[in-house]
Amino acid sequence: MKLTKTLLATTALTVAAGTAVTAQDMANSLTIVSWGGAYQASQDKAYVQPYLAANPGVTATWDESSAEAVAKLRAMNEAGNITWDLVDVVASDSMRLCDEGLAMEIDHDEMLAAAPDGTSASDDFGDLIVSDCFIPQIVYSTTFGYRTDMVPAGTEPPSSVCDVFDLAKYPGKRSLQKRPIDNMEWALYCDGVAKDEIYDVLGTDEGVERALAKLGTIKDQVVWWSAGAETPQLLADGEVFMGSTFNGRLFSAIAEQNQPIAMLWDMQSFDLDGWIVPAGLPADRLARVMDFLKFATDTQRLADQAAYISYGPARTSSAPLVGKHADLGIDMAPHMPTDPANAGNVHIYDYEWWADNRDDLDAKFQAWLAQ
Amino acid sequence: MNGFTLTPVETKPLSFSLPVIGAAGGFVGLFVGTAHGSGLMGVAIGAVALMVLAYVALVVLGLAQEKITRWGLVALFIVAGVLLAGVPGFVLGLLFGLFFSWFIFWIGEGRYRANLAPYLTSGQVLWHYAFRVICGAIFIFLITPILVVMPLSFNAQNFFTFTPEMLRFDPAGYSLKHYQDFFTSNEWQQALRNSLLIAPAATVLSVSFGTLAAIGLSSEHVPFRRAIMAILISPMIVPLIISAAGMYFFYSRIGLQGTYIGVVLAHAALGIPFVIITVTATLVGFDRSLTRAAANMGADPVTTFFRVQMPLILPGVISGGLFAFITSFDEVVVVLFVGSANQQTLPWEMFTGLREQISPTILAVATILVVISIALLTTMEYLRRRSERLRGMSPS
Repeated sequence: MKLTKTLLATTALTVAAGTAVTAQDMANSLTIVSWGGAYQASQDKAYVQPYLAANPGVTATWDESSAEAVAKLRAMNEAGNITWDLVDVVASDSMRLCDEGLAMEIDHDEMLAAAPDGTSASDDFGDLIVSDCFIPQIVYSTTFGYRTDMVPAGTEPPSSVCDVFDLAKYPGKRSLQKRPIDNMEWALYCDGVAKDEIYDVLGTDEGVERALAKLGTIKDQVVWWSAGAETPQLLADGEVFMGSTFNGRLFSAIAEQNQPIAMLWDMQSFDLDGWIVPAGLPADRLARVMDFLKFATDTQRLADQAAYISYGPARTSSAPLVGKHADLGIDMAPHMPTDPANAGNVHIYDYEWWADNRDDLDAKFQAWLAQ
Repeated sequence: MNGFTLTPVETKPLSFSLPVIGAAGGFVGLFVGTAHGSGLMGVAIGAVALMVLAYVALVVLGLAQEKITRWGLVALFIVAGVLLAGVPGFVLGLLFGLFFSWFIFWIGEGRYRANLAPYLTSGQVLWHYAFRVICGAIFIFLITPILVVMPLSFNAQNFFTFTPEMLRFDPAGYSLKHYQDFFTSNEWQQALRNSLLIAPAATVLSVSFGTLAAIGLSSEHVPFRRAIMAILISPMIVPLIISAAGMYFFYSRIGLQGTYIGVVLAHAALGIPFVIITVTATLVGFDRSLTRAAANMGADPVTTFFRVQMPLILPGVISGGLFAFITSFDEVVVVLFVGSANQQTLPWEMFTGLREQISPTILAVATILVVISIALLTTMEYLRRRSERLRGMSPS
């Protein structure tokens, strides 16, 4: 099994790298897995539709299954029946899939387009290539939004992430993601831990207790969410005063839906989203996927995506090309999590630390939730 | 009801009617109060206000002024509603006003006994109405979640929220854009086509196999009838997720995973138990001597089946088929496993839509499906009554 896979991957590499690839050798359909909603729509408009227009006869099908990508790829691998061609996952999932051999290793310089000025792809993406299987697309952040009309009269609007923990100054419900990641770090930061010591403290049992105790001060005012659409819905309903979610969801609620919501960028937590190619694809399908990937992750396409959603393009060379929103005509740069005005105080989420400690902290967090 | 009374009506003492009316007022006050921050205050205010109103209506103004008093009460409730909640308060005030202006006199004048037998004890009278209230409460409990969805689907915003504009009945708060989205979006139209392709195909298979199995299992000479029956209806008993995971691995090996045929077969397997059960139940009432009589007159078994047996068990077959259709049409777990992106059905699309993007398009689809279901059931029921009438049976 392992040998066949390696062989297949090697053949595929040669096929993709060779210049002799013709359209006849490529499959004519693509099954692309993503998250649905506005994010998938931005991918569709920025690179899938242009690609299909340039390659008549090719069809693309979306599958909104990224949320369970790891489990489904495991099942497909066991059943020996890979039905997906390209999967959009968050960085941590790409690491797991890569470790388990479910995702194909990528030679970024060989397989992806260089920047217009000749910078190689791996330099252009830089540190964002967090795993050998991962092709970054966007930088997004998990951050807070609050209802501007629910700020208590005579009080300044919230400006620090610690205002989330200040029930006296800002009474009302908050929505937080139902997982320890980010929440534990914010809790420690607001309990007085210096930013660069957060993971050292969180590595000890007392540190975990301390973070949970801080979260405990607002526990009875928290609505826990698990899907990105929930916080915008809760904010629009006025069910919560403030809540965390992905910054693109908040942008959509504020700019496209005109809700009385404002962003709180302080201590936003950066994360990455990108493609992985499932391991073990037949040669013709793999050739099509690599052809698509080369197009879809080039400098211009990543910049185009930012016209539809407020996520930062993963290539350094794309940043200057970010323009205006496709429908609203507003400048997108100030809405990017990476914009200097927004990125004054950011929280860099430590993938490796969480990969090592996730199971343990998940168990403790769930036990604490059930108390 | 029909203008005559079983029991003569007599005015009840205030010691009875005031607490009863006050309790009803407190109950309504609980909801109004909760909406304004304090449930307990609402109960107290509602109870006291209704007792005062009842006293004024029954004692001060009296029965002679009933008509005027009633309209006065309605007006009073409307004013209170508008003051508390604006335009939506008007509607609620009107409803509450109509109810209480009737309720006060109904209790106070003892009219609730008019249609009941005179020998009933107070306990029996109480139970008579309590039973109806409980039935009504269960009905509301079942139907409210479905009804709430309908106005929300006309929301002008992309959230599951009754906006202030909607509550003011401002036309700007409503729109058909989610319906437009459903009819113009490729994903939804593809999902609709898939559902309309898969569900009828699965139904035809379920009905054919299920009916044959039921007829076979009901004849006495088949060995291991009970064991076979148990196996055939097991998809109904085994948790769906187990069947789905099993089908996924099995269908993957034989190349059916991610194909229309695979999804149709999987849904047929889920639908067959429903057909077997309904047809078996109908066959209990089927007189076997009819098949022998047909054979005696020279009909072969196939003719006997289609000309004698089938028409008599048809109601069971049809209701089994309806269940099989709904099972396939509503099914999301198995199709998520057995189907692939090309076989996304409506429930699949709704499921992912709810998780990734809480969009009222889902509500628009739900409303359309509810309307279609009601239309289907009404037509079925009408046709059934019509055929029974034509056959000279009284509709049941």
